[in-house]
Amino acid sequence: MSIFEYNGSALVAMVGKNCFAIASDRRLGVQLQTIATDFQRISKVHDRLFIGLSGLATDAQTLHQRLMFRHKLYQLREERDMKPETFASLVSALLYEKRFGPYFCQPVIAGLSDGDKPFICTTDSIGAKELAKDFVVAGTAGDSLYGACEAMFKPDMEPEELFETLSQALLASVDRDCLSGWGGHIYVVTPTEVKECTLKGRMD
Amino acid sequence: MECVFGLVGNDYAIVVADTSAVHSILVHKSNEDKIMVLDSHKLVAASGEPGDRVQFTEYIQKNVALYQFRNGIPLTTAAAANFTRGELATALRKNPYQVNVLMAGYDKEIGPSLYYIDYIATLHKVDRGAFGYGSYFCLAMMDRHYHSGMTVEEAIDLVDKSILEIRSRLVVAPPNFVIKIVDKDGAREYAWRESVKPDAA
Repeated sequence: MSIFEYNGSALVAMVGKNCFAIASDRRLGVQLQTIATDFQRISKVHDRLFIGLSGLATDAQTLHQRLMFRHKLYQLREERDMKPETFASLVSALLYEKRFGPYFCQPVIAGLSDGDKPFICTTDSIGAKELAKDFVVAGTAGDSLYGACEAMFKPDMEPEELFETLSQALLASVDRDCLSGWGGHIYVVTPTEVKECTLKGRMD
Repeated sequence: MECVFGLVGNDYAIVVADTSAVHSILVHKSNEDKIMVLDSHKLVAASGEPGDRVQFTEYIQKNVALYQFRNGIPLTTAAAANFTRGELATALRKNPYQVNVLMAGYDKEIGPSLYYIDYIATLHKVDRGAFGYGSYFCLAMMDRHYHSGMTVEEAIDLVDKSILEIRSRLVVAPPNFVIKIVDKDGAREYAWRESVKPDAA
């Protein structure tokens, strides 16, 4: 089994009309065994920027701590929050620093940049950025997520429709992957508010 | 094979560990205490490579004590768990410790808590957790019978059910177990469950 599949994960972010949504599954496993069903994969960097980390959980936790540290330092020095594009470059740089001994993580970054324009991005484990206009996926259920999102995505969805679409795409995909699932977490972010929901899916 | 498991109740946390010290096919001793009392209100149940287990848990214990000496107040369970994870994570890409840890503690404002920290430094706060081959049986038993707000008697009954399951279904089942509890009155040994009387020494 690959090291990326040790803990199991599913992450997806999708763009809507002046909003974005980012969703993950809730399983923390150790190969075939499920340890917890309330694992948080997505964390808030600031009100308009979220990052999800899929892959090996220990590296996701370490990377998360390093990124929070770097962002807090940036906030102290610049007296403002980081823009999503800048943060994506920071993530990419941190990952490439470990080029020959990498973090086994695949981050998904989603934020609202200038003019409330939604920004989503994913990188591979050594920091190669992939910017997309519609959706980005990561984790063991990644292949299924590509299919589900491609089928269900429409451009310029309002927050409510985006929430429905992303939830259905996530739940459908994790049901085909034994290493991810046990419900979902979804954040729908608009310029005015952040809505956080827990999804009930197949608990197996 | 080493079995360590634990659960959290309404105002206590219990951890259980087997007590065999094994080297290949030989059982060196069957009264090895693998649950360390970290400080007055914390327990660390560790399983894994024997040398690493003892060295690592003692290192954590001494650093937790040092914090208390320097700062005059003890660490919370969450802080101690995060410190432990940090040490494991730092060592992971240099000289990894092969130790799995279940850290149970009681904090005055927060109540009881249990942290699952595996040998590659994955940290998660759980209601019930287990390591080793015994985990396949313990987790299933606890999933079936656990509910939040169990009394100590109910929890010990669940622990005994899990131990019975390990003894009857695991081919290399360890014969003896130690149970330790931590609550508002502190961390202490609760009971032993022996099916083979250990050596006199």
